[in-house]
Amino acid sequence: MAGTDPIHQFVITDLFPLFSVGGDGTEGSGTHFAFTNSALFMVIIVVAISVFLLTSTSGKKLVPTRAQLASELLYEFVAGMVRSSAGTAGMKFFPLVFSLFTFIFLANMIGLVPYFFTVTSHIIVTFALSMVVILTVVIYGFLKNGPKFLMLFVPAGVPGYILPIVTPIEFISFLSRPISLSVRLFGNILAGHITLKVFTGFAVMLIAGLGAFGWAAAILPVLMAIALTGLELLVGAVQAYVFAVLTCMYLNDAIHPSH
Amino acid sequence: MEAEAAKFIGAGIACFGMAGAALGVANIFGNFLTGALRNPSAAPSQFGNLIFGFAVTEALGIFSFLIALILLFVA
Repeated sequence: MAGTDPIHQFVITDLFPLFSVGGDGTEGSGTHFAFTNSALFMVIIVVAISVFLLTSTSGKKLVPTRAQLASELLYEFVAGMVRSSAGTAGMKFFPLVFSLFTFIFLANMIGLVPYFFTVTSHIIVTFALSMVVILTVVIYGFLKNGPKFLMLFVPAGVPGYILPIVTPIEFISFLSRPISLSVRLFGNILAGHITLKVFTGFAVMLIAGLGAFGWAAAILPVLMAIALTGLELLVGAVQAYVFAVLTCMYLNDAIHPSH
Repeated sequence: MEAEAAKFIGAGIACFGMAGAALGVANIFGNFLTGALRNPSAAPSQFGNLIFGFAVTEALGIFSFLIALILLFVA
């Protein structure tokens, strides 16, 4: 039955085309840029976060209103995370970590609404986010520490004869950071949405195939889908938190490169 | 053996990797519970470490699921 296959929900559709670069002038050649459904939801997420933060804190009351309290709690949560992982010197990266945390959190939550598109369910999006983090770490690490940033791969207290083995291992594990950071978020969200679609597809197939008995039997996959949606809410929140915590740890490596 | 059949078999074998990830996650939570029952007042302060350790361990199971998906839908 068309549309109940679990991969169809991840298809990117062009809402309206923007421009093309390259190509040789013939119809359809070159790279086409369009405003896609993914871009639309990214805009929705950023606008929602900005509107919430700006309007809730515009009053600047000393005794906060409920919305201002929510913004302040969010700020303190992320600030506490940054300070405990990266120290006070890490607070200069607070805007980056806060933006990543709120963007990924809201992207995961909004994606659970039926018929809405999940931005973080594409590897290119999560890879872009993790490359922002890793490039910030590498570039800031070299700018601040110079060549001593490479002491990251020489852990303190290691005897000299083991170093030729430990240093390549540390280097490779550093190279695996952008991959693991992006694949962790992507895999969790993708797996959750595919499972959800499979169970709701069961309900559709039962109703279509078995008639009246199908309506009664379809309660079971629907209950499972409700439980899975609850699990996906938890997983979305946890993955946003873990992305932010790992970002803070990697930034700590850039600020203080000795283990 | 045709490539299609080999892909399906490979995807099935890739799912064995999730057994290790499941053991790892159970380890994390089991040790947390053991520690929390011995020292309940120290448990809330380690809750952040618990969630972080769980997510990092579960990631490896997700990697094996990703290999299965790549075999089925990409390659």
